[in-house]
Amino acid sequence: MNAAPGVVAVALVTLATLLIGTWGLRFSRTTSDFFVASRTVRPTLNASAIGGEYLSAASFLGVAGLVLAFGADMLWYPVGWTAGYLALLVLVAAPLRRSGAYTLPDFAEARLGSRGVRAVCSLMVVAVGWLYLLPQFQGAGITLRSTTGAPTWVGPVIVGAVVLANVTSGGMRSITFVQAFQYWLKLTALLVPAVVLLSVWAGDGQPHPVGGDGWSMPLAAGGGQGLYLTYSLIVATFLGTMGLPHVVVRFYTNPDGRAARRTTLVVLALLGLFYLLPPVYGALGRVYAPELAASGRSDALVLELPRIMVDGLAGEVLTGLVTAGAFAAFLSTSSGLSIAVAGVLGQDLIGRVPAGRRLGGVAAFRLGAVLAVIVPCTVALAAPNLGVARAVGLAFAMAASTFCPLLVLGIWWRRLTGPGAVAGMLAGGVCCSVAIGWTLLTPDPSGWADTLMAQPAAWTVPLALVAMIGVSLLTPARVPGGAGRFLARLHAPETLDLDRG
Amino acid sequence: MNTPDPGNPRERVRVTGPPRRRTPSAVRPPIDTETRLGGMYLRSLLREQLRLAAGVLLALAVLVGSLPLVFHLAPGLSSAQVLGLPLPWLLLGVLVYPLLLGLGWVFVRRAERNERDFADLVRGADR
Repeated sequence: MNAAPGVVAVALVTLATLLIGTWGLRFSRTTSDFFVASRTVRPTLNASAIGGEYLSAASFLGVAGLVLAFGADMLWYPVGWTAGYLALLVLVAAPLRRSGAYTLPDFAEARLGSRGVRAVCSLMVVAVGWLYLLPQFQGAGITLRSTTGAPTWVGPVIVGAVVLANVTSGGMRSITFVQAFQYWLKLTALLVPAVVLLSVWAGDGQPHPVGGDGWSMPLAAGGGQGLYLTYSLIVATFLGTMGLPHVVVRFYTNPDGRAARRTTLVVLALLGLFYLLPPVYGALGRVYAPELAASGRSDALVLELPRIMVDGLAGEVLTGLVTAGAFAAFLSTSSGLSIAVAGVLGQDLIGRVPAGRRLGGVAAFRLGAVLAVIVPCTVALAAPNLGVARAVGLAFAMAASTFCPLLVLGIWWRRLTGPGAVAGMLAGGVCCSVAIGWTLLTPDPSGWADTLMAQPAAWTVPLALVAMIGVSLLTPARVPGGAGRFLARLHAPETLDLDRG
Repeated sequence: MNTPDPGNPRERVRVTGPPRRRTPSAVRPPIDTETRLGGMYLRSLLREQLRLAAGVLLALAVLVGSLPLVFHLAPGLSSAQVLGLPLPWLLLGVLVYPLLLGLGWVFVRRAERNERDFADLVRGADR
């Protein structure tokens, strides 16, 4: 194995990320810059940044690997991840921006006027963030091992160090530029090799994928359980996107609600463009590298396919390109998640320590960032590998069963109360955690119980919604005083002169 | 800060840019205070936007959400070939993305129109 292309690619991406981050530092001066880039990011730049941040290892490596291993049913992953932005657009984008809050806990506290709800929210943000960071670090380990032969611990350590350097130095302002750059890098890194590989395939006389009809057809196996898994996956990805802490925090960087909507629309276009590509790798892998699926290394498909299909220097260059893209995916998603988790840790844990000397906003944010990166990085080194896309899928299910009901009801339903929100988030969060634990402890699932636990969103999301609505209706006295006024602020356009607090 | 002192009308005022906030109009739009009229306006806007969101989500459910069920009930469709691709791959791998973008575009246009209408209504009541 030639390690050179991988090493050069990782070095270049790391260098570019640090350079752009440092350049962005010149614009980063205030606490507001750190947390929300002072809310002046235009829709196109912001959408590129959201795309860059959102397209994680699961999208770049995981989808192609899943399609290779399991076939057409896995096409629902990218469809759900894109459709999630449509749900976000129609239900929360503009009102969330107009709420004027920095983070999800800020939104909950402003809407419901309760410190208890805020605490539960902070806990959930950190839980979802860490659950999502874990596979990013593990994916980095797989990538470096597969392209350069380095030990598995090298990847998490490099990604952790670069993210920490960028996040603590420049905060949100510099990260915006870094992530916008990384979207276009990832698109190029997948598009150019895909075009070359498709022309090689056409030159070979367009051979058909091996594996028969069962692979290319959806729901070929599984019957009712297969149908449940597909629908539950759709629910998790469709409703989970709006509850991901690193996605939500980006909406606060829009200048106003109208820009938030337009940003989301551009994101839909950028994601649709990107997700055309991973299935191409999956299908070509079925033709040229079916042994990867058999040996359980399907996550490495995108990285290894160029070398398998193209010989010589061209193959090495293409390998370098996909490695660069994969590394950009780890860096950008982990940066975004770290910022979101660091913001919450900095504001709610470190910033409120009742010690004699209170830390200032930026210092608390930096300390929070250190915690936000070190903890999942350590766990990634110790914990077993779940498979990148599956672990990310569980984070989506968790977000869908906690924050989605809170956001949707908080924005559209005046009678939501603090106790109702807490009950709903706890019901969804606890059931999801039980399901995740069950799945981890069941090595070979069989039967309906295991199926329900493997993909819990289809029953945990309705459960959380019912709990939230039911308890809210039982505690009508706890409807916050200014609820009507708050909803007016969320839905009224900025062109009206309202007192926005 | 920079308001001219009435006692010294020729004091210089440094102008560094346009005023950050428009001066609030004398009469607040009625939705700002929780009056009955304000509540009524707000409920009408909420209802319009919610109806719009539900319409978009319903279209999505019918056009895309029904696909697994269709493939489950009519397995013959899964092996149909269209434009050289198996039908499920063409639908889920390619055509679904322009559809999502189109639905989003329709939503943004209508939501902005609802907000314009609402703003006109409130301003009209203000005068």
